[in-house]
Amino acid sequence: MEAAKVLDAKGLACPMPVVRTKKAIEEINAGEILEVHTTDKGSKSDLTAWAKSGGHELVKEAEEGDVFKFWIKKA
Amino acid sequence: MSFTAMKSQEVARKVIQKEELFILDVRNESDFADWKIEGENFSYLNIPYFDLIDGVDSILDKLPKDKDMLVVCAKEGSSVMVAEMLSEQGLHVFYLEGGMKAWSEHMEPIKVGDLTNGGEMYQFVRLGKGCLSYMVVSNGEAAIIDATRMTGIFTHFAKELGVTIKHVLDTHLHADHISGGRSIAKETGATYWLPPKDAGEVVFDYQALEDGEEVKIGNTTINIHALYSPGHTIGSTSFVVDEKYLLTGDILFIDSIGRPDLAGLAEDWVGDLRETLYHRYRELSNELIVLPAHFMIIKELNEDGTVAEKLGTLFAKNHGLNIEDEAEFRKLVTENLPPQPNAYQEIRQTNMGKITPDEEKQREMEIGPNRCAVR
Repeated sequence: MEAAKVLDAKGLACPMPVVRTKKAIEEINAGEILEVHTTDKGSKSDLTAWAKSGGHELVKEAEEGDVFKFWIKKA
Repeated sequence: MSFTAMKSQEVARKVIQKEELFILDVRNESDFADWKIEGENFSYLNIPYFDLIDGVDSILDKLPKDKDMLVVCAKEGSSVMVAEMLSEQGLHVFYLEGGMKAWSEHMEPIKVGDLTNGGEMYQFVRLGKGCLSYMVVSNGEAAIIDATRMTGIFTHFAKELGVTIKHVLDTHLHADHISGGRSIAKETGATYWLPPKDAGEVVFDYQALEDGEEVKIGNTTINIHALYSPGHTIGSTSFVVDEKYLLTGDILFIDSIGRPDLAGLAEDWVGDLRETLYHRYRELSNELIVLPAHFMIIKELNEDGTVAEKLGTLFAKNHGLNIEDEAEFRKLVTENLPPQPNAYQEIRQTNMGKITPDEEKQREMEIGPNRCAVR
């Protein structure tokens, strides 16, 4: 999947992963994909809920070791 | 204005004293719906923190001017962010130190009463999760029943009282929280007791609690009779302490009864549960004070914060003890049960010693309410 931007939010605790994601998605165009990497366990449900509330589409998510990866398509 | 931390202990005091508090819970809507800080005079507003990143203007007119306000999140970070934004708008607000994780772990030790020949019964109320633990103290010795994994609270309390922990007992193999029994026993050299029928798969040594057993605390006449009362789990055991208190574990609560399905055998155990509640307990004195291992709703707390009621009163008022028709009873405890506690299978495995998750993982497994009862 081709991401327009990759955000490294590893090592950050809540609320920072979502705060940074929100900022990053403002820098891409509608229809483009933002790839986010986090390590905070709470970010899993928070990013999902945040994407839903903003109308963005969580296209894919994956866990690689301690890292959670999300691909979010901007609305 | 400013924002300051509020400790779980202060929130607990507000719950017990039925004070007013406005809670701005900034967790996800699903987390809030699942589990929150309960207080009889608390009011709530749930707005996820990520809807407030750009500003708090949208909620200002929904916030009270005349009440203490507490911002709550899962761990603390987001509540600090929101509290700071509110303070910049001229409000004075508190945030919950350590978030819901700290709230889930907080316990209030409250004295229930004195024992006949000196000594005391203490109840440890875990408000965030609805778990109740006990310490029986007599003549320099102590027994702990249904200890939680926050073992320091018990060992510290015993030290303050100047008593030695001699026995640690679990009424049954818990499915909603991780027992601290084994590690307290290990740390203090106390004996760890478990009902053998619940302990078939445990991988550590324990002393078997059998029907008719007596465990002595101090050298007075305080005995703990193990009263075998299967239902919630096949090995569930009740204790009568000092012929005054009936510790019912997860069999009988103040306003509800134990659900029989958490070890997977609701159909098989419903008969045992009925036998215990409708026959065995009826042979006991109505004057016994029931001390359960859980409460479900904040209304079950007495004025002093304890959760305790006479057995006779429960026979009169607890709906679960007043279902004449056996089929109807069977239906209540096997159908339309509430969702099972978070991670209950993993919690059972942990309590058997089969898996040993780290502290952070244990904390996560215990998130949420206990859900051990049916009403």
